[in-house]
Amino acid sequence: MLEKNSNVDQLIEQFKTLPGGLLPLLHAVKHAVGYVPDSAVEPISKALNLSRAEVHGVISFYHDFNTHPVGRHTVQICRAEACQSMGSRDLEAHAKQCLGIDYGETTPDGLVTLEPVYCLGNCACSPSIRVNDDIHARVDSSRFDELIAEFTLPSAEVSGVSS
Amino acid sequence: MSIQVFIPQDTTALALGAEKVASSLLQGAQTLGLDVEITRNGSRGMFWLEPLMEVETESGRIGFGPVKLSDVESILSMLNSGSVGTASIKHPLYLGEVSEIEYLAKQQRLTFKRSGVADPTCIESYQRLDGFSGLAKALSMSGQDVVDELKNSGLRGRGGAAFPAGIKWQTVLDTPGEQKYIVCNADEGDSGTFADRLLMESDPYQLIEGMTIAGLAVGANQGYIYLRSEYPVAHKLLNLTIERATKAGFLGANVCNSGKDFFLEVRLGAGAYICGEETSLLESLEGKRGMVRAKPPLPAIEGLFGKPTVVNNVLTLGAVASILEQGSDTYKNFGMGRSRGTLAVQLAGNVKRGGLIELAFGVTLREVVDDFGNGTFSGRPIRAIQMGGPLGAFLPESQWDTPLDYEAFAAIKAMIGHGGIVVFDDTVDMAAQARFAMEFCVIESCGKCTPCRIGSTRGVEVIDRIVANEDRDNNLILLHDLCDTMELGSLCAMGGMTPFPVRSALTYFEEDFGISSRRDH
Repeated sequence: MLEKNSNVDQLIEQFKTLPGGLLPLLHAVKHAVGYVPDSAVEPISKALNLSRAEVHGVISFYHDFNTHPVGRHTVQICRAEACQSMGSRDLEAHAKQCLGIDYGETTPDGLVTLEPVYCLGNCACSPSIRVNDDIHARVDSSRFDELIAEFTLPSAEVSGVSS
Repeated sequence: MSIQVFIPQDTTALALGAEKVASSLLQGAQTLGLDVEITRNGSRGMFWLEPLMEVETESGRIGFGPVKLSDVESILSMLNSGSVGTASIKHPLYLGEVSEIEYLAKQQRLTFKRSGVADPTCIESYQRLDGFSGLAKALSMSGQDVVDELKNSGLRGRGGAAFPAGIKWQTVLDTPGEQKYIVCNADEGDSGTFADRLLMESDPYQLIEGMTIAGLAVGANQGYIYLRSEYPVAHKLLNLTIERATKAGFLGANVCNSGKDFFLEVRLGAGAYICGEETSLLESLEGKRGMVRAKPPLPAIEGLFGKPTVVNNVLTLGAVASILEQGSDTYKNFGMGRSRGTLAVQLAGNVKRGGLIELAFGVTLREVVDDFGNGTFSGRPIRAIQMGGPLGAFLPESQWDTPLDYEAFAAIKAMIGHGGIVVFDDTVDMAAQARFAMEFCVIESCGKCTPCRIGSTRGVEVIDRIVANEDRDNNLILLHDLCDTMELGSLCAMGGMTPFPVRSALTYFEEDFGISSRRDH
């Protein structure tokens, strides 16, 4: 935790004078730590001359800034209309059942966090999902299972988001 | 001489396995001792053919697609046989000359003319394909002349609101200020749209060029591209191309030795749909919650950090580059009525041949869906079409002959928006879609206006009661009343237009709400 905080301090130094720098800073903190820890709110608010309430308000406004640790892999399923027209409602149900978790939850082994997403801009080849930074098209239940199975392969750690 | 092969690097091609196809092709060629050079181009936008592999021949580029990993071996043996470029090509995925594929040949590509032709990060290729010639022209003109050129083109904002771009620029030009900004709205959140993404991934220099022209014209030296975080590929490509354009002197201090500066930076959104609304976007760029601002003041007068700001969509700024290059008269000769130029139609959802279709305004929705889409992916009949994203109306078949024209769509209480078309087959439950429209508003409302923030939650509940036949007649009255309140009492389109999909579903597909069964009693 100590290491994480010093990391955050470095990032604050880097971004504090950037105009409108709070979002870039929060993205950087999330990238470095894996989430935006509560302990980051106070030093950020001091450095940017904002109240803690303002910083908290920004963090809580945006879907991207999760405040708790996530799994080694983040899987986002598109819930928007184009994907719905191609059966994403079934895919959502399958994903939740297969992973045994709901949106916003992480599997007990810490492998996968499941999130909804509203459009990945891949709407001509729906349904789409995002696995970490990779987007996958035409994902049905069996393709979903294949992608999840890849996580347990020995090479899977390389592509995962470090946390 | 090596065989030149092109495999796209855009999101859709990658999502369909283009990376594995490319590496497998390269590896296989090495094994065979075949001299193959692979260029990672952008996509042509024919997503139903992705990954679309192209091979250079003396007579032009020929295509194969959609190429799966398992097809690489047979393509390699065909390349090895030396039959490429002859009439004797026999491969099940062979598509003939790419530029002659009907889907592409029938389009009128202005903004997307370079899309998919070359490596989008290669600045020399961009210049070879007439890139930066619009900027060269703009540099020889006064700011007012550039704005006049834009006004004459009739270009209207492509983000959805369709406000005349030239008038917006004029306001910023006329507003005194040491510091002005150009902001590109690349928060393309509407389901069924991907044109911004395609332009940023397949021809990013065009956006850079358009923004630079805007900066020079109105006197802004700083630009921001507000990009949604759901587009990691575009993010990478934009950062790379901005760096290269800066090195080559097209961006940064003293643009093309003009004595003028224009700096450009990409800023990532954080998963909030509302930040596609321009004032909310500006708040977010300032590092705040993406809360909608009341207008006036207009962003053109008091925009980013309170300074005069041009906020334009990716496609608007892209079109600027081609308008300056080819002249505003050429551009305005396309289109109908007050909708001038071309529309980047995005055909998506349950459709066999989805993709980017750039056409002059005036073609009907049915023509696009029939001529290009070739039916549903599922093979079942089309039941409803949603045009213009999650705030757009659901259109029944009786409205499919409406021409793509801003005014014609407004007349039927629908909208063209950003040009996205989502096709639904006959298995769709329209009550569920109406409920989703309200639910989406619950999730994405910024919370500023009560009708939007709370009305949407009540909307979900009322629709549930209607479907469950709880006091249906009174709940229908209540739902319409709620829709009126949202339409009239919200600052922006989020609350103001969420009723569009809800009401159109109720009006044209009432049987899905159990309403016609009431009449049977």
